[in-house]
Amino acid sequence: MAQSQATNTAQHSDHAHDDHHHDQPATGIKRWIFATNHKDIGTMYLMFSLIMFFIGGAMAMLIRAELFKPGLQLMDPVFFNQMTTNHALVMIFGAVMPAFVGLANWMIPMQVGAPDMALPRMNNFSFWLLPFAFTLLLSTYFVPGGMAAAGWTLYPPLSLQTGDAFPMLIFAIHMMGASSIMGAINVIVTIMNMRAPGMSLLKMPLFAWSWLITAYLLIAVMPVLAGAVTMLLTDHFFKTSFFNAAGGGDPVMFEHIFWFFGHPEVYIMILPAFGIISEILPTFARKPLFGATSMIYAIASIAFLSFIVWGHHMFADGMPVAAQLFYMMSTMLIAVPTGVKVFNWTATLWRGSLSFEPPMLFALSFLFLFTIGGFSGVMLAIVPVDFQYNQTYFVVAHFHYVLVPGAIFAIMAAVYYWIPKWTGHMYNMTLAKWHFWLSTIFVNVLFFPQHFLGLAGMPRRIPDYAVQFTDWNMVSSIGGFCFGASQILFAVVVIQCIRGGKKASALVWDDARPNGLEWTLPSPAPYHSFTTAPDVK
Amino acid sequence: MTVTRGNVDHSTSRPRKPLSPGALWLAALGVAGNAGANTSNGYNLPTGVTDLARDMYGLHMEVFWICVGIAVVVFGAMIFALVKFRHSQGAVADTSMLHSTRVEIIWTIIPVIILVVMAIPAADLILKQEDTRNSQLSIRVTGYQWKWEYSYMDAAEGVDFFSTLARDSNFARQQNSGIDPKSIPNYLLEVDHPLVIPSGTKVRLLLTSQDVIHAWWVPDFGAKRAAIPGFVNELWFRVDPGKEGIYRGQCAALCGRDHGFMPVVVDVRTPDDFKKWVDAQKAAVKQAALPAPGAPAPVAAAPPPTAQALPN
Repeated sequence: MAQSQATNTAQHSDHAHDDHHHDQPATGIKRWIFATNHKDIGTMYLMFSLIMFFIGGAMAMLIRAELFKPGLQLMDPVFFNQMTTNHALVMIFGAVMPAFVGLANWMIPMQVGAPDMALPRMNNFSFWLLPFAFTLLLSTYFVPGGMAAAGWTLYPPLSLQTGDAFPMLIFAIHMMGASSIMGAINVIVTIMNMRAPGMSLLKMPLFAWSWLITAYLLIAVMPVLAGAVTMLLTDHFFKTSFFNAAGGGDPVMFEHIFWFFGHPEVYIMILPAFGIISEILPTFARKPLFGATSMIYAIASIAFLSFIVWGHHMFADGMPVAAQLFYMMSTMLIAVPTGVKVFNWTATLWRGSLSFEPPMLFALSFLFLFTIGGFSGVMLAIVPVDFQYNQTYFVVAHFHYVLVPGAIFAIMAAVYYWIPKWTGHMYNMTLAKWHFWLSTIFVNVLFFPQHFLGLAGMPRRIPDYAVQFTDWNMVSSIGGFCFGASQILFAVVVIQCIRGGKKASALVWDDARPNGLEWTLPSPAPYHSFTTAPDVK
Repeated sequence: MTVTRGNVDHSTSRPRKPLSPGALWLAALGVAGNAGANTSNGYNLPTGVTDLARDMYGLHMEVFWICVGIAVVVFGAMIFALVKFRHSQGAVADTSMLHSTRVEIIWTIIPVIILVVMAIPAADLILKQEDTRNSQLSIRVTGYQWKWEYSYMDAAEGVDFFSTLARDSNFARQQNSGIDPKSIPNYLLEVDHPLVIPSGTKVRLLLTSQDVIHAWWVPDFGAKRAAIPGFVNELWFRVDPGKEGIYRGQCAALCGRDHGFMPVVVDVRTPDDFKKWVDAQKAAVKQAALPAPGAPAPVAAAPPPTAQALPN
């Protein structure tokens, strides 16, 4: 045993890999089922996320179709509630989070100069939990009582009225949580142990940094969610009364526990986006990121603050004055590090030399539209007025601004930025620019009017509405259909790029200023990114 | 008086809806100075008919304009950079300035100051909102899937009724009912028995729920709070004298299948009219109690004209 290990080590040090079957991808389906390579697993995460994006998007299209005009034309209110609930679950846990994990898998080893992720078999497991989790979640459509319809926040007592879907939903959430925790552990172990010699933490690229902090958030809060849904499960099946007022329990306690997970969770969905934007803007501004160190501190402060603001989701649920004041101030404080990030990005553009390739276009769109979501966020933090915004379309507009042109545009920017490195091919720039312009225009047609609807008094999560809300709902639905249709272009560009195209150079963006270890590798990057640790000065 | 109020309300609150000749005639007849109406213009918060709602509107606009100001500066700088520093126009990157502690301190301090400016009036308003002392009328509001129960306390003790979606809205909202929602006055915002309250009076609501979490909301009052089983939440409002009329809102917490169909309607009357209404209610309760003691007393006498005699 010891001997064979020694031989192995010797082989590695000799770079005598020829007889090593891991050097080449396995062929056929085995390559994917038994995948331990960070690129293969990253690809699977990203493809899975794309499929979930279209499934969650289809649910959103149904929602917007029903809301096109007043009256119930297409669906029963229960089905509508199932769609809003599962749209959120699929988009959050199926589309956005796996996309970021996929990007981490692809990019972190390349950015820190490692051959692979630290724990490849766990990597395999954490991916393969997801298809099962989502098959289970989506199959609840066929069980008595239908899919979960209590909102993705699963507030009891309403969520306890879910039919046979209930235990399936909770098991699915447990699997997603386990998957996320393993993904996070892998990121932390890789970054802590496998950085190339000379790469101190502060020299590490911003994307890896943002993921390091995100991974700690994941490890901190996913068990909290698991605890909350397990308590729901025992309340439902084993006669406990954690959240049942009649049994001495407390339904508001669920909200506290849920949002203690839920608020860090929303930053889990945005911090890697911050990292991506901090990689792309300097490249196409042809100048290094302004204040890189303070950007890292800003991400860390946001992550810390995310643990002490959860009460702002619950102002209308009744809260002592002192708690209202505390959560208002702590929430407003988040605007400070977020402001630093936006200002630093702007300063990065300042006196740069800007060109507008698709990744840059999406990054700039992120910069403007995420900031709009930030403004409505500050407004929502003002407790006394939040009573008017709470549970209305104003909130829907706010979080879709930070999640769609925020998180999702950042993911698309990242794919457009790095995909030539992954496939070795350039993609169809014209089509990608069409995708950008249609997305950016229609995302605003879709979500901007929802601010007006909320302020004018339309509650969220209703399948039918009073007639004075008709006009803005129609505008929003038209925007929604066009936005949804535009995303087909994204799939087309990606698939074309995988299948072929103009050969990409090692730098990919020769004309710009890509910076980082990943650009020292050829395109497509070799199967084991860095077999010899690069020298970092 | 009551008749005009109901009709004027529906014609003024929904100017887009084609008016029936009858409604127009009634609107012309009713002097309508006191017609309750949704005070939102369709894309902003309502200016409101209570002190609290007006304060909320004021603070909302203040914060909004501060955000607009910041947006002009930040987006202005970004757009300037996008126009001025284009590679295609021969711009050359200046890589000399990569960070500046002074600038970074400045743009950390300035937002803090702006936030403090916002937080001070906000804290004041919180204290005002939470001060439910010295209320003149308390009403217990209980949420059910999917209706509200209003139980009066204090001077109106004993008045207790349910409030559910009005019958014509309920017919029209069935899937493929074939009824155009636009033909229904106050579609989805009408109930059989509205909550009746006096104007100029500090009304305190005590909210709870019998099943799942609901939320009671009337935007024009700036009043929203969750109704949670096992909890009693409080809120208060005082409708300005002279602003009598009908005000409408909805349940604001997802509460199951018919969450979208449990409106809140409040009929604000002058204190004198309110007293008459309470007396009539009490008399009706007494009368109903005579033939069948113990049976729940339905609200019968003098409902507003829009009310439907629907069983709960």
